Amino acid sequence: MAEKMALAKAINESLRRALEADPKVLVMGEDVGKLGGVFRVTDGLQKDFGDSRVIDTPLAESGIVGTAIGLALRGYRPVVEIQFDGFVFPAYDQIVTQLAKMHARSLGKVKMPVVVRIPYGGGIGAVEHHSESPEALFAHVAGLKIVSPSNASDAYWMMQQAIQSDDPVIYFEPKRRYWDKAEVDTEAIPAPLHRAQVVREGTDLTLAAYGPMVKLCQEAAAAAAEEGKSLEVLDLRSVSPLDFDSVQASVEKTRRLVVVHEAPVFFGSGAEIAARITERCFYHLEAPVLRVGGYHAPYPPARLEESYLPDLDRVLDAVDRSLAY
Amino acid sequence: MTVESTAARTSRRSAGSKAGTSGTKAAGTTGTKGTTRTTARKAAAAKGAEPGLVQLLTPEGKRVKNAEYDKYVSGITADDLRGLYRDMVLTRRFDAEATALQRQGELGLWASLLGQEAAQIGSGRALRDDDYVFPTYREHGVAWCRGVDPTNLLGMFRGVNNGGWDPNGNNFHLYTIVIGSQTLHATGYAMGVAKDGADSAVIAYFGDGASSQGDVAESFTFSAVYNAPVVFFCQNNQWAISEPTEKQTRVPLYQRAQGYGFPGVRVDGNDVLATLAVTRWALERARAGEGPTLVEAYTYRMGAHTTSDDPTRYRHDDERAAWEAKDPLLRLRRHLEAAHHADEGFFAELEAESETLGKRVREAVRAMPDPDHFAIFENVYADGHALVDEERAQFAAYQASFADAEGV
Repeated sequence: MAEKMALAKAINESLRRALEADPKVLVMGEDVGKLGGVFRVTDGLQKDFGDSRVIDTPLAESGIVGTAIGLALRGYRPVVEIQFDGFVFPAYDQIVTQLAKMHARSLGKVKMPVVVRIPYGGGIGAVEHHSESPEALFAHVAGLKIVSPSNASDAYWMMQQAIQSDDPVIYFEPKRRYWDKAEVDTEAIPAPLHRAQVVREGTDLTLAAYGPMVKLCQEAAAAAAEEGKSLEVLDLRSVSPLDFDSVQASVEKTRRLVVVHEAPVFFGSGAEIAARITERCFYHLEAPVLRVGGYHAPYPPARLEESYLPDLDRVLDAVDRSLAY
Repeated sequence: MTVESTAARTSRRSAGSKAGTSGTKAAGTTGTKGTTRTTARKAAAAKGAEPGLVQLLTPEGKRVKNAEYDKYVSGITADDLRGLYRDMVLTRRFDAEATALQRQGELGLWASLLGQEAAQIGSGRALRDDDYVFPTYREHGVAWCRGVDPTNLLGMFRGVNNGGWDPNGNNFHLYTIVIGSQTLHATGYAMGVAKDGADSAVIAYFGDGASSQGDVAESFTFSAVYNAPVVFFCQNNQWAISEPTEKQTRVPLYQRAQGYGFPGVRVDGNDVLATLAVTRWALERARAGEGPTLVEAYTYRMGAHTTSDDPTRYRHDDERAAWEAKDPLLRLRRHLEAAHHADEGFFAELEAESETLGKRVREAVRAMPDPDHFAIFENVYADGHALVDEERAQFAAYQASFADAEGV
């Protein structure tokens, strides 16, 4: 059944479906119960599934992830919420040293079907630690899977797939897109969780992005089209594993690639994409792979975030630089 | 907490640790009982007495009565006592063998449990098969009680794997190197047990050093809030590598529990009988839905922290000598002998059995094969990962290039 809904609502509906389908699924986090989460993503779930399925936790991120690991060992499938991106670091130890490695350390005997939801990214005028994009820090760690939907339909289906995965999945939610509406077909057959998708066809250059930057890239492609440039937009959807085959296919067609993300460019996911695509497509490329992203600086105060975050002009500037080679 | 009360507790602690006498349970808790206990503690402080170190066997092996805990070991037979002694002897022998194997270059590292046998065997034998154990990396005696083949414990230290056993095979989780992390896993697991409506209990082991970690504090918070059936078993062996317990806390560790709203008790960790009794009490509380308990087993690490450590740099020989007089094995042997529960034949037979175990462990370690090169890529993910597949293929091609060269 197709219905138009906001991205946040799509996640809510997806969690609801998972809670209904499997009594082992749990939702845990600070304020996820009565309040329904600070973004209301879990709105109404505790009311319908009770406080032993939708669990308000103490304010302790390491405790949230650490106990989720224990619950997973007992056969549960916890979906935990970290309230904001910058708050994940108290839990980083549990995620990196424990959650990521448990399956390998047990030689495959133990599964870790834990989803860590993290609303991430800027553009909402928030205070410090509420606007960061730490995905590369997690992608560097073997044992974790990292995904980020860019639209309501993906948000719905990727959550279903993340919960069904026997691996730990870090599910980055583009908080500035929470209120963007799109058609969600809850009967559809979804694309595989880790496959990139071409969301706009083009021939002159590929823009690759995920999460909140996909919409920006679509806007950039529309603006470039008015100038007679044909840009292809690739929604990567998954940061780890990253669908390099799809990126390669697009670059072999367009011969140019610009990667856009909010996270700092330095050691970011764009660096990995640039390096691998250079290896794979060296003889196809007409220009070096360019990156547009945040600076090597703490995420700035809200009044400066427009200067920090990639915007239409910065993306189009990179497009021009690439095309000038 | 006021400044005055902090000072009072500190002075009680230093007075108490010198006294080291047996006493009553000083369990901090809430409600009316808490008030009574607080009053009792104040009275004890006035007399300068140690607030409770549960002991059933003195270092001389003499059985002492304890009104609160005797009932937890009332059914214990001579055969049971010999069994506990056997467990401790074999665990010590295994540990000595592992230390020797490290010295011979067969293991990269070893964390000895020497001196902590009673704490581990006493608590380990209190468990039921359906209980679940979350150890640190030193719980060789608990692993023994769980039926984990001791040679499996050595794989990690030899460097052939990072685990070595199926946690669900014996309800004994993998060793955890990061200090205190497993207390949260135990708490989460216990929350799951409660959700399932099961009456199993969970036990989390950690050390005095780990008590400083945030994860341990968070596990106390979570377990109390959700009334999780978990026993926190702190083996206070006095040293976190080179740092004494005084560098971790200003109050006796078992007293931490009262701030979280559950009872804490200090037990003589060199007394296997007392450890058994106190752990049984704590496990029964968990099973009965009464929530978590903190047990502080007051013991001593007689050896180094690990084979890489050099305790002569930070502690005196006379300290170890003082604790050797409280040796857990010696204490039970004296008791067995005095009570005529064991004869020369028993001890001789056990000696022979422990030599056989040592030999088996030695041979098993030396025969342990290096893992296949491709193990690097195995089980990184349950559902697979494109990058791992790609890198495995690259690695295979690289390896094959050597084979081709050798073929020529």
